[in-house]
Amino acid sequence: MAMQAKPNTISIDGQEIAFTAGQTIMDAALAAKIYIPHLCHYPGLRPSGNCRLCVVEISNRSTAACITPAVTGQEIRNNTPELNAIRKTITQMLFVEGNHICPSCEKTGNCKLQAMGYYLGMLDDHFPQFYQRREMDASHAGILLDRSRCILCDLCVRASREVDEKNVFAIAGRGTDAHLIVNSSTGKLGDSTIAVTDLAANICPVGAILIKEQGYQVPIGQRIYDLHTIRETALQENVTKEHHEK
Amino acid sequence: MTAKSKIRIATTSLAGCFGCHMSFLDMDERLVALLEQVELNRSPFTDIKQCGPCDIGLIEGGVCNAENVHVLRDFRAHCTILIAVGACAINGGVPAMRNYFDLQDCLQEVYLNGTGVTNPQIPSDIELPLLLDKVYPVSEVVPIDYFLPGCPPSADEFLQILEPLLTGHKPELPKSHVHYD
Repeated sequence: MAMQAKPNTISIDGQEIAFTAGQTIMDAALAAKIYIPHLCHYPGLRPSGNCRLCVVEISNRSTAACITPAVTGQEIRNNTPELNAIRKTITQMLFVEGNHICPSCEKTGNCKLQAMGYYLGMLDDHFPQFYQRREMDASHAGILLDRSRCILCDLCVRASREVDEKNVFAIAGRGTDAHLIVNSSTGKLGDSTIAVTDLAANICPVGAILIKEQGYQVPIGQRIYDLHTIRETALQENVTKEHHEK
Repeated sequence: MTAKSKIRIATTSLAGCFGCHMSFLDMDERLVALLEQVELNRSPFTDIKQCGPCDIGLIEGGVCNAENVHVLRDFRAHCTILIAVGACAINGGVPAMRNYFDLQDCLQEVYLNGTGVTNPQIPSDIELPLLLDKVYPVSEVVPIDYFLPGCPPSADEFLQILEPLLTGHKPELPKSHVHYD
């Protein structure tokens, strides 16, 4: 029988860490510099639990760490070969569902989906490609929206609502019909209130929302995930105070 | 006593740009040492047209036409180990960007209605392989044993996958070497 746990502590892969009331497992892990892989979570925004990469195991249950409250005594398995194999499969499913042609994408090297593939040792997509046809929106002078690369993480949706206070984006449709829509009279980004400096325009983890005219300022080979792992960068992230005060 | 027989390798480029082959040649002087253990069979490097029995086949490029299917199946039949090399072989890559359009629209744009087209006609010579409806990753046509991602994979990465295979070991690309661009 396990020893009685100390109050307000959980253990992740055998490492005991403290949490404060109201924190999720993800919050507590990040505060203790423990990496739980994730794509749709960004500290400072309300978690939505949709990418499923942060699924961990507690006893016989699997649960998404970003939306599960930390509770005293939880013994959590995170960085295990079994969970990382499942995470790799999820990443492969995200790749085949969209159109992720890395060599032709401006975001390559700065893309978190790609970086997740690297982190998990993904060498191929395993599943048949969907090659979906999705609408591109180049109507905004400073921002490109290419739905081909959208992984429906809804970070832009939350950033626009919670930080920019504009409500520019939403996810419409269900299942394979789910897609990002724009809140404007025409449904086009150019007619929305989004600005290049908005968090929603800059938080996209993939190449779905791109700031125009800066794609190749940093050469391929010298970009974020050419030099760092997603584990390293994820432990540094937070929505800055500046964004909240804007 | 006969000399130890060399490992036979065949290579081909399907719907690719030959960039992976150029990157293979970036091994430079290391090619000399490699060729002491390896003999090239069908390959653009040798210009041998028919694939004989081989230990390893390297496939660059995706599958965009009927000839690609034929060559790929021929490689699978003749090679003990088949390796998909580069982004196009693995997920279709840049050529697969035509998959967002109907094939007929692509042909009409390129050969009939496109800017600067003279003598507009869609090529229909019997010698030309028929295009497939889409560009496919090689793994959707034949089973693949190993994948070497990158656009292109570097010469070092080619060696990292080939060297263990030459001594009968399973290759494992270090995570720090995985890249899709």
